[in-house]
Amino acid sequence: MDFFDIVVSILGSTIRLSIPLLFTALAGLFTERAGVFDIGLEGKMLAAAFASACVAYLTGNAWLGLCGGIAVSIIFSLIHGFASITNRGNQIVSGVALNFVAAGLTVVLGQAWFGQGGRTPQVSGDGRFTPIILPFADAMREVPVIGPLYANVISGNNILTYLAFLAVPITWWVLFRTRFGLRLRAVGENPGAVDTAGISVTWLRYRAVIAAGFLCGFAGAYLSIAQSAAFIKDMSAGKGYIALAALIFAKWKPVPVMFACLLFGFLDAFANFMQGKAVPGIGEVPVQIFQALPYILTCILLAGFIGVARPPKAGGVAYTKER
Amino acid sequence: MSTASVPLPNWITYGLMPLLNLLVAFFISGLVVWWIGENPLEALRLLIEGSLGRGDAIGFTLFYTTSFIFTGLSVAVAFHAGLFNIGSEGQAYLGGLGAALVALALDQYVPWYVTMPFAVMGAALFGAGWALIPAWLQAKRGSHIVITTIMFNFIGAALMVYLLVNVLIVPGKMAPETRTFLPGGQLPKLDWLMAWFGLKLGPAPFNVSFLIALVMAFLVWVLIWRTKLGYEMRTLGISPSAAVYAGIPYARTVIIAMLISGGLAGMMALNPVMGASARLQVEFVGGAGFVGIAVSLMGRSHPLGIVLAALLFGILYQGGADLSFEMPNITREMIVVIQGLVILFAGALEYMFRPTMVHIYQRFKRA
Repeated sequence: MDFFDIVVSILGSTIRLSIPLLFTALAGLFTERAGVFDIGLEGKMLAAAFASACVAYLTGNAWLGLCGGIAVSIIFSLIHGFASITNRGNQIVSGVALNFVAAGLTVVLGQAWFGQGGRTPQVSGDGRFTPIILPFADAMREVPVIGPLYANVISGNNILTYLAFLAVPITWWVLFRTRFGLRLRAVGENPGAVDTAGISVTWLRYRAVIAAGFLCGFAGAYLSIAQSAAFIKDMSAGKGYIALAALIFAKWKPVPVMFACLLFGFLDAFANFMQGKAVPGIGEVPVQIFQALPYILTCILLAGFIGVARPPKAGGVAYTKER
Repeated sequence: MSTASVPLPNWITYGLMPLLNLLVAFFISGLVVWWIGENPLEALRLLIEGSLGRGDAIGFTLFYTTSFIFTGLSVAVAFHAGLFNIGSEGQAYLGGLGAALVALALDQYVPWYVTMPFAVMGAALFGAGWALIPAWLQAKRGSHIVITTIMFNFIGAALMVYLLVNVLIVPGKMAPETRTFLPGGQLPKLDWLMAWFGLKLGPAPFNVSFLIALVMAFLVWVLIWRTKLGYEMRTLGISPSAAVYAGIPYARTVIIAMLISGGLAGMMALNPVMGASARLQVEFVGGAGFVGIAVSLMGRSHPLGIVLAALLFGILYQGGADLSFEMPNITREMIVVIQGLVILFAGALEYMFRPTMVHIYQRFKRA
């Protein structure tokens, strides 16, 4: 394989590996901008992946599977909201709890319903989101440089991939160009002021966590019925935390979130590619370096060495109206 | 008037409410069991029998309890200083490296009781070392400790896999683990303690680290409620601005609290690494660091409460393992669900029943 083919193949898998991160990081963007920490992204993604696979398997329809994933993910969000907004509980504790519930419940229910050690049966045909070949992909393949890039990186992805990239400008528009977005950001900075203006802090924050649940549903469906063809135990494998890292790395802004997710996806793809290969002069580079790199980069950023990552001011603090 | 400011007697706040929260968590777990078509009461009976019914079952229960006491204390110490250390898992993982290095270095030359104090120090030192950077980042650069400790869990896992696969592995072997420690690097079992109660330990790896855990629980109690440092930590936990105003050095207290927390987490490794498998293995922590969060929340960050909560989770882990043999429909992951529900109800929703409780209490007081 010559160098250019390798680049195309790595870029292709970068896109595929970034999509769940992107949906999840945008989900986190909504809640954290509204002042609700969301450690539970991982759990929501996992629960949604399981629900999507179950529904898609039973109905044979990928879109119904997606809806199932979104519904379950939103239920998890509402529990998080009930604990951390209504009951003013510790938001981090609530997120941690939901991660455990999701990690356990998916396997327990999967085993009880399908008896395959926590897996769901294979979903096939219309139950999956299959790659879409964009027009002229085959015709363009012969064109140098642009051809293979178009055919293998831009074309040949499933519909959720394109939706993920569409979600970035939509998120930006909602957060920065609508009244709802302005209020949502305000509630993450100074809920007291929003309350004084006669706007319900509670209802705004609930809408933020519901939006997060909605987006995590897409991430889960992508994992189980687009990227793979079944739910596998613990298939989110820490992606929710990487998404959280990406969100911080992007300093809580939508477009940088996309680039951060692509960067972390690229690191993942590159690690897969480098597995067992020797670099001339250095020898074999351990894959663990690439696995740890997103976290190391985020810590360096948090330390304030690459600009300042300033989180929303009211993040993590429950709003108490009455003293 | 809001119900949040009404004082309640301690036996309600520290006794009744945690119990109520726990019961709700168990009730919902029971619903899940019923939902997948098994009898919850039968499951409960099997769970208790599998964890307390025989000598070796009790041994396994106490083996798990030991790990959870360490991680529970770790979370609690940080919690008293207002820090949420989610990184106990990674700190325990690194602690295993410290313990294993000591055991590998000394086991050929000295008996176990000479190795032990060094191993305790090694484990604590490596665990504390892994907490140092997040602590420093929180204290000096204002990075959120929750995020950095999560990141360090993953970095630690990657580092340990690298070390075990490439450095510590026995040449020529496939399994990523160190060589088996000689008896000089192992912590002996507590058969004699079990024999006092007329129980046979059998194959259960209940070992000396249980006693270390109890000593640590006592020392943590002394630290938190009987020393100047503990007072400073608690002040910082309740109100950082008041602490700083009173002249308590913020950065120093945060870093010391996290070092102690990381050290306690690191010591957890003594139990599985030197007490059970006698070698360092990949992922030997197995989520005990996260159980520590549940244990600390349930035990209200008090050492006595933590020991009791750790025992409860020990029962759940051992009984749950046994239950999954008896009822194949219920997998081991059921424990993770229960653990999550306990964290949810004892932690995030701890005040859910407070308003109701206040109303009932006030009615009683008036009557």
